[in-house]
Formats: sequence, C-alpha cells, structure tokens
Amino acid sequence: MKILVPISKVPDTTSKIAFTDGDSKFNEEGIQWIVNPYDEWYALVRALELVEAGGGTVTVINVGDATSDPVIRKALALGAHEAVRVDVNPADSYVIAKEISAYAADKGFDMVLLGKETISYNGSEVGGMLAEFMNLPYISLASKLEVNGDTATLDRTTEGGVEVVEVKLPLVASANKGMAEQRIPNMRGIMAARSKPLTVVAASGGAEAKTSYVKYGLPAPKSAVKLVDPENMDELVNLLHTEAKSI
Amino acid sequence: MSVLIVVDTKNGEVKKSSLEAAQYGAKVAASIGGEAVALSLNASNAEVLGTVGVNKVLNVTDSSVSASDPQKVVAAIVAAANQVGAKVVVFAHDSTGKAVAPRLSAKSGAGLVTNVTSLPDTASGFVVSKNVFSGKAHAHVNILSDEKIVSILPNAFGLAAGEGSASVEDFAVDVSGISSGITVKAVKGGNSDVVPLPEAELVVSAGRGLKGPENWGMVEEMAGILGATTACSRPVADIGWRPHHEHVGQTGVAIRPNLYIAIGISGAIQHLAGVNGSKVIVVINKDPEAPFFKAADYGVVGDAFEVVPRLNEALRKFKAANG
Ligand SMILES: Cc1cc2nc3c(=O)[nH]c(=O)nc-3n(C[C@H](O)[C@H](O)[C@H](O)COP(=O)(O)OP(=O)(O)OC[C@H]3O[C@@H](n4cnc5c(N)ncnc54)[C@H](O)[C@@H]3O)c2cc1C
Ligand SMILES: Nc1ncnc2c1ncn2[C@@H]1O[C@H](COP(=O)(O)O)[C@@H](O)[C@H]1O
Repeated sequence: MKILVPISKVPDTTSKIAFTDGDSKFNEEGIQWIVNPYDEWYALVRALELVEAGGGTVTVINVGDATSDPVIRKALALGAHEAVRVDVNPADSYVIAKEISAYAADKGFDMVLLGKETISYNGSEVGGMLAEFMNLPYISLASKLEVNGDTATLDRTTEGGVEVVEVKLPLVASANKGMAEQRIPNMRGIMAARSKPLTVVAASGGAEAKTSYVKYGLPAPKSAVKLVDPENMDELVNLLHTEAKSI
Repeated sequence: MSVLIVVDTKNGEVKKSSLEAAQYGAKVAASIGGEAVALSLNASNAEVLGTVGVNKVLNVTDSSVSASDPQKVVAAIVAAANQVGAKVVVFAHDSTGKAVAPRLSAKSGAGLVTNVTSLPDTASGFVVSKNVFSGKAHAHVNILSDEKIVSILPNAFGLAAGEGSASVEDFAVDVSGISSGITVKAVKGGNSDVVPLPEAELVVSAGRGLKGPENWGMVEEMAGILGATTACSRPVADIGWRPHHEHVGQTGVAIRPNLYIAIGISGAIQHLAGVNGSKVIVVINKDPEAPFFKAADYGVVGDAFEVVPRLNEALRKFKAANG
C-alpha cells in the first residue's frame, strides 16, 4: 500500500505567541518548530503501522520552504520512507491542498492520511479540499482506521459519538485522537533519516490564495482570580448565580 | 444577493450549532441587504430557523444527503446556491462543517475561513476574525474571492431567538450520479441526553489530582446536578481513566462554555489553550501556586475530596430553591 501523509510545521505547544510588523506577522523569534501533533502522533504512526503489517511505503509531504526540513527529518526518523517538500509559501489551505493534489495526481497513492487540524491555524481545511481536488471520498476526524484488502473501515467522530463507515480505497482521511499511539524516534531511526530521500519539487504554478491574513491580536488579559473560602461553597454558588450569572 | 446557511440535524432536529450559524447568516444577510436562506438536511422542525431571522428554508428530504457523505451535501449546496444566487455560504464549525465546507471551497473556488468569531467587516473587503493558535490569539482574515464561505465557532455568539417565521419548502436534488462509495455501518453513542462537549454551556472537568477513575463519582454527580457535560485533562484520557472524547485542550476538544469548572487540573499551557474561551472559569486545586488560578475567575484552594462534596451539596440546595 502506498500512503501519503501531509505534515505541517507548527510552533511547539509551549511557545509564547507574539506578533511583529504592526501585528501583521507571527513572531518566529525563538520559536521551536515541531511536526503538528495530529500529523505525527496519529496520521503518520497509523500509516506506518499499516505498512508494517501489510507492506508498502509511507511518503510524507510538506508545502513550505527549507525551514520545514528539520521537522520533515523528524518524520523520516519515525519511519517514513521518503519525503517531498513542495517549495511554496503555504499562504493558505487552498494553496496547500492544491499543491499536494498536483504532486499526488499521477503517483497512485492508495490513501492520504493527514491531521484533523493544525494547532497553529486550526483550519481543519486541507483534508476536505484535497479530497475534492483529487475527487476522492473524505472521512474527517477519524479516530480509528482499519484496512482489509481494498476496503477501509473508519470511525468518524461526530458530536458525542462515532459513525462507523466503510469505503473503498483510495481515500482521504483526517486523523483524530485515538487512531494510534505516539511514538518516540530512536537513534537508529534518526541516523537512517539522514540518508532517506527528501525531494524538493517546484510549485505547480496553478495555486492562488483565496484568503489573506491581515492582522493578529491577543485576547484581553484576565482580571485577577477571586478566591472563595473552601469551607463556604454556598458563597461560590451565590457568586456564580448573582455575579457571574452562569448558573 | 443572498446568504445560504447549511443546517444539519440530529435525530431530525436542527442542531444547536446550526441554529447559531443560521442566526449569524441572517445578520450577514441583513448587513449586505440580501435574503437569508437555509438549506436544511432532513429537518423535521425547519420552521424554528425563522426565530433566528431566516427568511426561507429549502429542506432536503433525502436521507442519503448527509454529512457522512460530504460529496452529496456539496452537490445540494451548489444547486441551492445557484437557485437563490448566494454569494456567502455559512456553516457551523462542527463535525458537519469540517467535513463539507472545505470540499465546497475546493469545488467552487470560494475562499473559506473556519473558526470564525465575528461578523464580517465589509468596509474594505470581507474581513472576519478567527481563533488561531488554539485560542491563544485571533486573526483578521480577508476573503479575496467573490464568493465566500465561513464556518463559525460553536458557542461564540450565543442565541437570541425572536418571533420571526420562515417559509419551508422541500428541496429536491438529484445525487444519483454521485458515488463516493461511503456506507455507514453503525452509529455508536451520541444519542444520550448529554450535550456534546463542543456545544455544552456548562462543563465540569477533572484531572490527575483526582488520583484514579474510581473517584469520578463526585464529578459526575456535579455534572448531573448542573446538567453539565464532563471533560478531563489529557493524561487522564491517556491512562484510560476517562474516554478520549472527554479530553479538552490544545490536542483535544476546544470548548467555550459559559461555565468551566476545573477540579485537580494544574492548568498547563496546552490545557488552557483549549478552554480559555470559556466565559467563566472556576478552579478547585489544593496547590495555591497552580498555574490555572491565573486563568480563573473564581478559585478555591483546597482538597477536591473535601471541597467537591461540599460544593455539590450547595448546588443541590441552590437547585432545590431555584428550580
Ligand atoms: C504537545 C502536547 C500537547 C498537550 N495537549 C494537552 C491537551 O490538549 N490537554 C491537556 O489537558 N493537556 C495537554 N498536554 C499535557 C499538559 O502539558 C499537562 O501535562 C496536563 O494538562 C496535566 O494534566 P493534569 O492537570 O490533570 O495533571 P497534573 O499536572 O498532574 O496536575 C494535577 C493537579 O491536581 C492538583 N491536585 C492534586 N491532588 C489534589 C487534590 N486532592 N485536590 C485538589 N487538587 C489536587 C495538583 O495540585 C495539580 O495542580 C499536552 C502536552 C504536550 C507536550
Ligand atoms: N503546509 C502544509 N504542508 C503539508 N501538509 C499540511 C500543511 N498544512 C496543513 N497540512 C495538513 O493538513 C492538515 C489540516 O491542516 P489545516 O487545514 O491547516 O488545519 C494538517 O494536520 C496537515 O496534515
């Protein structure tokens, strides 16, 4: 089975979020970049498990400039067989999906498995767009994925429940928590990653951004906490009712 | 020029997140001087959409057109948008919006912004706010294409239903030519009375401070008294004390209820990222230095095993007096 796993580069979850250039740009100074957790922990690991069990290859793809290379190597260290980077500014999800579909068009992937969303832009957009561009079925927020021959069975997360769906390959699915268990790369994997191919391809030329980020802002700071005597929970209930008006 | 709102249903009834999206769409329609039209998927109570300002409802009555098969929903939306001349399509950013909106964007070439938290500013373009960095920041995004798609963050706007009424007509769409091959084999959970986390207005959540799954009785009791939904921190779901779908935070479900009560949770940055949109936060923790107190509105420094039963008692008393 040939599986394509799109991965994105995001700031480490402990990063302090700040902006520059009149709040028009994310301040990358001092930022540690990681593979987006959903892509690494769930999509990539599940893809590796599937080929470990049934043979095949896992290709990771990133749309971005050379600053993505370290996180791409991390994915190779975890066990991906090869990597591709489309050398384009990932201006918005539309561009990213269009570029991935342009690359994948004639490669005969059986499955594209990506993360449910990036923890940076929180779009949940690329998967659905990619499925449409590739004219494939899309199963979003999958927390379970099994493959049997040419048929996949997935759990699609809905509000408060799951829907078990069956669909023929090829398909696009986005990975939610539960699909796999996070893996830690070992020394051998890290060494092997150095000699695995990371192919850089040029832009397809056909993708134009549909949206533009004009300005960023931070939430208003919270006022100080009001402490309530642990012996007096009637007081807390009273505050929640009369002051906060939340019960 | 009209606004089309995509409305999904649960057990035949309009979802709350869809009702919020409809209210949003009606406001956008009013501001651009157009009509607010809803496309509902097999709704038995579509007239309720009138109460949030929708003028007309096109109700699909073909159960194969559902979010399980996004391609069919996209076909229905394209047909409806053409019929009513829609320039803006509005979704709720729930499991349906996530499955369908990106597909529609790729098909139609209309720019999409998800997680939207404001009405559009049309002074120069079509600029909406959205949450980014898991709620640690927001961004203003301009949609450059003529046609626009927005998907709005559940619980970000609140509902104010009025007296209006909408005309409802059946909407026939031919999806026989679309074969994505997706078949639904089973549906698990999701039919209980508990409000799903992303839509919940009251959430009671607990973390590793509770020591073990056997101690969750008092948490569930509190949720029961309040009619709240239960949640947990990530390690608690990872060790299997609680189900994965209860995990809130940056890598779990992002929530913004009216009230979030956090018991025995330290308030790590990744946890806060998914809950700091809550309107009121109550923190119960025995460590006065727990970082969560900095993000809290009300704090109780104390042992959960003493404080929570006491709070439950006080809540029960309050409920008995206030109905
Ligand atoms: C990439 C990444 C992503 C992550 N994503 C998430 C996420 O989405 N959501 C999430 O929650 N975490 C996430 N985490 C984990 C996060 O960093 C914390 O480890 C986690 O939130 C801690 O959970 P906790 O507060 O339940 O446990 P702890 O940090 O162990 O805190 C327990 C708290 O309980 C208090 N306590 C102990 N006993 C009592 C008592 N008897 N009464 C009252 N209080 C008591 C303690 O004072 C302490 O503050 C992520 C981490 C990483 C690295
Ligand atoms: N620049 C990128 N390159 C490759 N894949 C990406 C990129 N950005 C996002 N993705 C993939 O698309 C998923 C959804 O991203 P988003 O729609 O931005 O929330 C991510 O989890 C990744 O798997």
